Amino acid sequence: MSTQTGRIVERLRRSRVWLSVFRSGTGDSTLHRALAIQQNLFLHLFSTKVRKRMISFSATWFLGTLTLGTFFILVLTGVLLMLYYHPSVPQAYADMKDLQFVVSSGLFLRNLHRWSAQAMVFLVFAHMFKVFYRGAYRRPREFNWVIGIILLLVTLLLSYTGYLLPWDQLAFWAITVGSNISSAVPVLGNKIHFLLLGGNQVNANALLRFYVLHCVILPLMAILFIAVHFWRIRKDGGLYVQQTEPKTKTVEGLLPAKEVK
Amino acid sequence: MPNEKQYATPTPARELDRRTFFTQIGLGSLGVAAAGTLGFTYEFLSPNVLYEPSPIINAGKPESFAVDSVTMDVKAGIYLVRAAEGFFALSAVCTHLGCLTAWNQELGIIKCPCHGSEFTRTGVKIEGPAPKPLPWLRTWVSDDGDLMVDRSMNIPPLQFLRV
Repeated sequence: MSTQTGRIVERLRRSRVWLSVFRSGTGDSTLHRALAIQQNLFLHLFSTKVRKRMISFSATWFLGTLTLGTFFILVLTGVLLMLYYHPSVPQAYADMKDLQFVVSSGLFLRNLHRWSAQAMVFLVFAHMFKVFYRGAYRRPREFNWVIGIILLLVTLLLSYTGYLLPWDQLAFWAITVGSNISSAVPVLGNKIHFLLLGGNQVNANALLRFYVLHCVILPLMAILFIAVHFWRIRKDGGLYVQQTEPKTKTVEGLLPAKEVK
Repeated sequence: MPNEKQYATPTPARELDRRTFFTQIGLGSLGVAAAGTLGFTYEFLSPNVLYEPSPIINAGKPESFAVDSVTMDVKAGIYLVRAAEGFFALSAVCTHLGCLTAWNQELGIIKCPCHGSEFTRTGVKIEGPAPKPLPWLRTWVSDDGDLMVDRSMNIPPLQFLRV
């Protein structure tokens, strides 16, 4: 980067407007950099400092970040799809077909939504396997593992509720079968089935309920728990990194530290 | 010791101070409100009126069914069987997970496409994961002479309707 551009950026960052938004001020001192993270609503979930090894590819394969990426794609494409989709029995299937054949870029957005959904489920599992086999779920990160389980369930429910929305034969029978599984719950099974579908069969009420769950309730839950999940990474001492070489020096009476936080 | 009571130190009556009293009142009313909210939510989420198709089906004139035939009404999800002993109606909804089964004329059995359950035409399970036989549905002949089926009412099997 030429010094000219650098100077322009620097002047911009000293401007009153910039400083009114980013209160941490300018400069590349450690303090300024730390403040830039700490004073930002979105970034303050993360640590102000991380070890280099924590953000290396081999530590995580970036699986959690990639999952978040697919989630962003899903929110973006999902909101756009909502502009053309009516969750009603006479229109749902036709709207889906319109998105495929009539709406400009509709096919692209719908396919992007669908493939990202598949990718997200895959990445969530991959992320969990990686965490499990590295032992990254252990103390003090047990609670974040539990949050992860909740996020897994939310992901699966998002997948499941989205499955009904095309309102084709596959959707109808998949949800018929899936919702009948909930009837197997002891004592309350039939009630749960009735509440889930808003009736005794997969019909207009079920379509609307699944739509609201898919577009409002479950995404809000996902965002909430994702925020907690990320915040807990900082609180639990950053991403889990295993030390490649065990420490040789041991202090009398203390166990050798096998890993760093 | 008859006079023991006399010498026992009098325990002070458990007094409820004002703060505890109001805390309990407050927590109690919060509990009532929470229970009410739960009930309210449950009531709100379960619809009182359903715009679902009527469970009662008019299957038409009994004469239109050949003897020893199995006729499926796909929309209603039922089989109308005319056996030598008489008529009966069978639910076509698989007792496993609710898929719609189909009548296989060549094999003379009812098969579910989803998970492979098989039934005889009287509903008895031959094969597959279905936990129960296909239920028999109440049938009767209306005043107009039409065959009627109530899908919401199961009857014990082998009660044939003679017309």
